[in-house]
Amino acid sequence: DFNERCAQCSEVNWGLTDGGRFYCRSCHNVTERSREVVNTDFISNTRIQAISKGLRKQEKNDGGSEWYVCEGFQLALKKQAEALEALGVCPQLKDEVLCNFWRCYLQKSKQAYCNRPAGETLKALSVCNSSTDVDSEPESPGPLHLLSLSESEGDLQTDCSFVSSTSKVSESTVFSGSVDGSLYLRKNQKDTLRMTMPMTLSFCYMALLWLRESMTLSDLLRFVVEGHIPYLNIFQHFPEKMKLCGLDLKIFCVESWPVYEEVYNKMLELAAFLDLPRFPDITDSCFLHPDMLCMKYLMEANLPDELHNWTCRVVKKICIGEVDYLTLVPGNKSTRKVKYDVLAAAVIVVVLKLLFLLDDHYEWLLSDFAEERNKNNKEGGPYFELKKWYKVIKCSLDVEQKKLDEERAKCLWRCEKPLFYSVKKKSKVLKRRQMVVSLQNQFGKLSSSVQPAEKPRPSSFQLRWSEENTDEICFHGHSLKGILQEKCGFLTTINPDYWLCTVKLCSEKLCGRVAHYREVDFPQSYHFVLRLFSFLLRVQPSYIHDEVCMIEQKLFHKKLCKKPKYNTVLKK
Amino acid sequence: SSHEHRLNFKKSKEVCLNYVQDAMLQKQWKRAAEFLTFYIESLEKDFSRECIGPSEMIWRIGTEILYRHSHSSMKEFSSFIEQMKTLGVKRYLKVCLEHAFHLLCNGLIDEAYQNLSLAESWQFGEQTAIQDKEMKLIQAYRGLLDYYSWSKQKNILLEHGLDGFEDLPAEQEMHHCFRKAAVNLKEIIKIPGVWDLFVKCYVDLLEFYGDRNEAHQVLSEYAYNSKFPANPNAHVYLYQFLKRHGESKKSLISVLKILHDIVPSHELMIDFNTMLQKSKKRKKRRLGLEVIFAALDYAGWKENVKAWNCMARQVKQIVISKKHLDWIKQEWNSRKDWWPAFHFSRYLAKRNWQGNESLSYEKALVAGILLGKDSKYFKYVSHQGCKAQVKRFRILKKFVNKHNPV
Repeated sequence: DFNERCAQCSEVNWGLTDGGRFYCRSCHNVTERSREVVNTDFISNTRIQAISKGLRKQEKNDGGSEWYVCEGFQLALKKQAEALEALGVCPQLKDEVLCNFWRCYLQKSKQAYCNRPAGETLKALSVCNSSTDVDSEPESPGPLHLLSLSESEGDLQTDCSFVSSTSKVSESTVFSGSVDGSLYLRKNQKDTLRMTMPMTLSFCYMALLWLRESMTLSDLLRFVVEGHIPYLNIFQHFPEKMKLCGLDLKIFCVESWPVYEEVYNKMLELAAFLDLPRFPDITDSCFLHPDMLCMKYLMEANLPDELHNWTCRVVKKICIGEVDYLTLVPGNKSTRKVKYDVLAAAVIVVVLKLLFLLDDHYEWLLSDFAEERNKNNKEGGPYFELKKWYKVIKCSLDVEQKKLDEERAKCLWRCEKPLFYSVKKKSKVLKRRQMVVSLQNQFGKLSSSVQPAEKPRPSSFQLRWSEENTDEICFHGHSLKGILQEKCGFLTTINPDYWLCTVKLCSEKLCGRVAHYREVDFPQSYHFVLRLFSFLLRVQPSYIHDEVCMIEQKLFHKKLCKKPKYNTVLKK
Repeated sequence: SSHEHRLNFKKSKEVCLNYVQDAMLQKQWKRAAEFLTFYIESLEKDFSRECIGPSEMIWRIGTEILYRHSHSSMKEFSSFIEQMKTLGVKRYLKVCLEHAFHLLCNGLIDEAYQNLSLAESWQFGEQTAIQDKEMKLIQAYRGLLDYYSWSKQKNILLEHGLDGFEDLPAEQEMHHCFRKAAVNLKEIIKIPGVWDLFVKCYVDLLEFYGDRNEAHQVLSEYAYNSKFPANPNAHVYLYQFLKRHGESKKSLISVLKILHDIVPSHELMIDFNTMLQKSKKRKKRRLGLEVIFAALDYAGWKENVKAWNCMARQVKQIVISKKHLDWIKQEWNSRKDWWPAFHFSRYLAKRNWQGNESLSYEKALVAGILLGKDSKYFKYVSHQGCKAQVKRFRILKKFVNKHNPV
């Protein structure tokens, strides 16, 4: 707030004129100082430079005020943080961690908190002054080029409600509601890590990781798709006076769901860009530790608790439970970055392969064997039979997958608040929207199901199994004894064999991936297990397969180094 | 890479459309409506560059769903169609036309007329060739509705006339409808196509106002102009017209000859054969035999008494005259392998005798002549007939016994 003494009467009793200038209530002296649009957000306004130089204009003709792109992202992050808090994440994320990360980002990318913000030297292109302020960088790509940039966040350039494909886009029509919208898109990606909507999720995940919250990246992305965390149509949360048009749409409007890999890789890039130190240690009491996550996924997959012993053994054997392995050290290119959820799922897959082989043959024989043994099993719990498990899980998985597929088909991308590229297009866009709403109502009434008014409550577990529920079998308490044998006082697997998914890993630099999964090349049981975790984590089966390959290479490292055998089936 | 699996607007709408189409194929209209609801926002990204874009999809699918769904009303349908009309300039006329059809199917004739009139007065820039045709269709259907009004008026006036009332304004109204109808109907039948209903109505108008020449001209054009698709009905209409106006047998026969060539099984073949049998010219009588044999090749005629009667009369007459037995031989040659089983089996003999005595009589006569007295059919029927002491069967038996089989 403005606390200077009035030049005329020395009082500190300020009010605001309609034009946004301070005036003294005692003597009605109007100053030249205009009040900055005070952002009541938890992060103080980033355009500190702008305030002192009085560059900011107040109200524009259409009731909007000037705003910068980074303010938009700031708002987006704030909303996302609030949503995360509502989901049970600690308030520290919103109040401290995330805003510090953001401040750091702004500083590093020279958008604020530094002496010369990058936007200063360039004249802003606003709706009013478009024709005069264009010439700053002759060698930068022209506006037409901007429109044809294929951004990962959507193919907005082909949207006729945004850009007319046939009409020539002249200099004066390339504009944005934000002050630096067009500027923003011209930035070279390499120099500064340009902020995008998917990156907001990278920020969120980074903060979650820093705080070691009980939310994996796949959980986060799932909550986004389910609508618990604002992402799509984030501009709905922008205040009225922040008008979006023109190139802003390209920046803030997404028409695709972010992909795990993209968000994850961006997060790594971001952490390195911000020069963050080593993240807080991931120890074995953390949710993200493979032992913990394996337990969770075993429960969700309705697998016996006893499998946890095996997953822990594998984790220990290949040292992926070590603090130094699990903790993120940004910028360190030599260490492999850990995707906690995918890793845990892959460990379980490997354990299943160890116990059941999963070659479309042996596992069923073993299941029959366990069934036989079960007949004589009077004491204790029943022995685990893979066949029974498979039937139960396949049934549930098919039902849930079907539901998911239908939900994806029913995804609504637009919201009530319509966007228009320019004022010229406004009436057309509004008319269309009106028609769309009217048609939606008409056909909605003819629909079969009563649409559930609320979103399903967010939950960490997608599949739930309980011993009390007599409709479905819960396998948690089942024993693995049916498929194990005693040897030298230890329980080992009956299955002596193991087949490797791949003999040699590909080079990530050359191929982009570690392995290349094709369903036809592998047993159906293996594919089924991949499919199960693929559904739970909402990633492609190949993604988990890559991790499985990686684990296997570690696990059988010694044997692989000895003699490269053509036969990929190993004796354990 | 994983980016191909990314769910974006375009892909999710494609998937949504698949669900709609699946539901429609299974006639699950509620489910189709449900998914269509989610597809509709595609309109906000309608590029009109694809051959069938969202606008057209929604128009066609929405129409079908509203048409089939049990809970939709005509009012809802109309409101939907009105919105579709605004979606695309190129489609406007088509949608109007379809709308009119739906209204007509639901008996809302006045509304259909209004719609068509409105569409007729629509102008938007240069019209393409397709839009030209669509406009002609719209005018034609409006003309048809004008005819309908005219017809109603005419009937009312005729009734009044019988009662001795005169009603000048109504008469003028009627003539006015005639003029409107005639103009449009005349236009549409110029375009090569199948315009049965329009032609009939137009000819009706012309006949009423006494313009026989024009009517004849129209019907001839419709039947003989090679640009028009081959249409049996055209010949039927022409034949009926000529008959109505007492034209010569020669002209009637020439029309029916073409009909026989196109549709040998047409019901008019009986009339045709009858005419030909009576002819003095040998060629015509020969043709008559050919016509009746050809007609009876078709299963639909198997139990047609009149047809068999024609056949019986003609072959009997030939046998008695002992002239042109070779005609029968020629016709029978290609049929002797399959007609016995097709028409003259013992099973059919029993069935025909039980079902229709006249039918069995005619057929027995033919069977007796073609296959001789030993034919199963003849034997059974004549035996039954004589047993029942029906006189004509005794005569029949004698006749067949007397004459040798062909």
